[in-house]
Amino acid sequence: MTLDAHLVVTRPGFTLDLALTAEAGEVVALLGPNGAGKTTALRALAGLTALDDGHVTLDGVRLDGEPPEHRRIGVVFQDYLLFPHLTALDNVAFGPRCRRVPRREARETAREWLMRVGLAEHVRKKPRQLSGGQAQRVALARALAAEPKLLLLDEPLAALDARTRLDTRAALRGHLASFPGATVLVTHDPLDALMLADRLVIVEDGRIVQSGDAAEITARPRTDYVARLVGLNLYRGRADGTTVRLPDGFSLVTAVPQEGGVFVAFPPSAVSLFAARPEGSPRNTWPATVTSVSRHGDALRIELTGPIQLAADVTPAAAVQLSLEPGREVWATVKATEATAYPA
Amino acid sequence: MPPALAIPAIAGLVFLVLPLFGLLWRAPWSTLPERLAEPGILAALRLSLLTATLATAVSLVLGVPLAWVLARTEFPGRRFVRALVTVPLVLPPVVGGVALLLVFGRRGLLGGWLDSTFGVSLPFTTAGVVVAEAFVAMPFLVISVEGALRGADSRYEEAAATLGAGRWTAFRRVTLPLIAPGVAAGGVLCWARALGEFGATITFAGNFPGRTQTMPLAVYLALEQDVDAAIVLSLLLLVVSVVILAALRDKWVAA
Amino acid sequence: MKRILTGVALAAALLLSGCGGDDSSTPTSAGSASGVSGNLTVLAAASLTESFNQIGKDFETANPGVKVTFSYAGSSALAQQITSGAPADVFAAASPATMKTVTDAGDANGEATVFVKNQLVIAVAKGNPKGIKGLSDLTNPSLKVALCAEQVPCGAAAKKALAAANVKVTPVTLEQDVKAALSKVKLGEVDAALVYRTDAKAAAADVEGIEFPESSGAINDYPIVALKSAPNPSAAAAFVAYVQSGPALDVLVDAGFQKP
Repeated sequence: MTLDAHLVVTRPGFTLDLALTAEAGEVVALLGPNGAGKTTALRALAGLTALDDGHVTLDGVRLDGEPPEHRRIGVVFQDYLLFPHLTALDNVAFGPRCRRVPRREARETAREWLMRVGLAEHVRKKPRQLSGGQAQRVALARALAAEPKLLLLDEPLAALDARTRLDTRAALRGHLASFPGATVLVTHDPLDALMLADRLVIVEDGRIVQSGDAAEITARPRTDYVARLVGLNLYRGRADGTTVRLPDGFSLVTAVPQEGGVFVAFPPSAVSLFAARPEGSPRNTWPATVTSVSRHGDALRIELTGPIQLAADVTPAAAVQLSLEPGREVWATVKATEATAYPA
Repeated sequence: MPPALAIPAIAGLVFLVLPLFGLLWRAPWSTLPERLAEPGILAALRLSLLTATLATAVSLVLGVPLAWVLARTEFPGRRFVRALVTVPLVLPPVVGGVALLLVFGRRGLLGGWLDSTFGVSLPFTTAGVVVAEAFVAMPFLVISVEGALRGADSRYEEAAATLGAGRWTAFRRVTLPLIAPGVAAGGVLCWARALGEFGATITFAGNFPGRTQTMPLAVYLALEQDVDAAIVLSLLLLVVSVVILAALRDKWVAA
Repeated sequence: MKRILTGVALAAALLLSGCGGDDSSTPTSAGSASGVSGNLTVLAAASLTESFNQIGKDFETANPGVKVTFSYAGSSALAQQITSGAPADVFAAASPATMKTVTDAGDANGEATVFVKNQLVIAVAKGNPKGIKGLSDLTNPSLKVALCAEQVPCGAAAKKALAAANVKVTPVTLEQDVKAALSKVKLGEVDAALVYRTDAKAAAADVEGIEFPESSGAINDYPIVALKSAPNPSAAAAFVAYVQSGPALDVLVDAGFQKP
């Protein structure tokens, strides 16, 4: 149940071009901003959008010439698309029925699946009588009951409110873990990706910009989008030992020496702000102007401009003491030991 | 209610309903029972209901798939085909009847072959009435079902496909139930049009009591001699169709 | 309100008959030899179409101030329009019974006069492929025969003629008017139809008319009358008189009618 795909879909003003693999039992998340082409990639895998080039191979079998109904690729759609005229039971039995399983047997299978997702009480309900979380679970059961070799999930939790989302995410994690095939999950929510996926593939503008496991991505973002997602300040420049020169001439000092093109990343919490130029140690010190102040967990997130764009997290007490507000001029420092440089 | 809407709305209603009152006002109430008992009236009514129902059945069998093709597939000239489908709507029904004769008549394009191969001759038969009515009424069904299909979310069909349903299964088990209200509305419209059909029927199927003389034909000929008889026939047709449509509407269309 | 409705009825009648006025005729000008002028509206039975178009032209030539407009339809439909108040000057019907509904309603100006007669023939396809010679041939069950419905004059005449001949015909259809019956013959949908001699003659390109002796038992009289509510009474009277004059009768006889 290994997926090996190269998806090329050309639209006016947009080209999707990504290579994707997933092993049996692996959950791969396609993470990216809206409009990056994630859903198009999913549709292309399922056969709902035709490929302009490339291939979709599952267990060594080419599928890109096959219609969706012959691919055995299950899809949980963002808005679930439960058939409104059928009960939850018949929605789930739909897949087995299409595989010519007798009605009684198909319903028995469906009942088992609904029980497994905790909806034994709701088999007779029509989709409009189900809550969002229940509908999501019926959609999952429906996709799994068709015994797909590859499972695709399009923003599986996006339609849910925050509380339901937490419970559903945990449940979904369990179901994905017991699914023997490969899973590809599309989301724009980094938390979903980090919680549900074994491997992350970051898609921007139709292309893969970075991939790897959660630790790798969070520690070493390679685009502004990923950096923002994982909450890091990210800069690109050329390293000469521990000094990294940014394109506009500004320099940052890091602890570990590198050579050539590098990324430099550090968290907002590594930034300290001062009313006046601090005396002594930090080598990365520069004047900056506050552009915005917003709440961020227990801290305040301060956006600053100056020689570089910067986010800093400070305690509310420090913010009051420094009277931080848009337009306020301060000094920013970052310890060299907090700034990580890695090859670009 | 703003007067700019209320006044034309009321005028429109009066305009549509007033002729009905005209019929009721002029109806020969005192002689109504014996007029209704006249032989031939019941035969015409039975024939009308039968042929309109059969024409609707034919329209459903042929028209729903046609609507699906028009709404869900892309092929060169689709817009042109769509325009062709609506031709019977604008064609004067009498011309439609002549056109049908030119195709299915004894010397028509297919009629001669049908006659010599299968011994089937449509003009002057009840089947001919059904053909004429279906020709005129089917576009109403096709337009209505196509509208319902375009309004329905085609992604349900995609969902069905990912579950292993071929296009026919998806159509039968997902699309059709989803557009059922639209199909029912189209069917009712089609039936009503077939019931009132006159021009194509009399031209293509002729007029013979019990075989091809439907209510509208009986009304037209009665009008030649006896206006009261025509009014009685019209009232009967009106009452029967309103009762049937009201019953169907509650059952199918209201949802 | 009534005027509007009748106007609509007349407009519908004009649309149905498929012909408006003749644009090639001379425009109206005041003062003519006979002293009649203005517009004249004639409602005439459909079987009179060809002859009356010609007679109308001749009448306009003789009376340069007059513009004649015809509305042709089934006699009964026209009678219905007249009794409902359609504004017209002259009515020419294909049967006395239909005319009677107009005179009985008091819409005629004086008594109607029979100006021509018409009789039935058997219309068959050109060349008479089935070799039909008389009414009795129509009883052959392999023949498809069209008659007019009893409610219209040609149907009443056919019934009368068949009764007189003591022949029982089972038609496949009872058509709503004589032109419809004739067109079934033209299209080859039926082998024979009982139609007026004039209709068969007008369709001589496609149809042959077989005379049969029993038709004399069902001769159809064509009455004409000026209408009481005629907007142009003098022209109406002049037209009624002209239709019964020599030149007009010649046109009618040419078309297959018989003198009264």
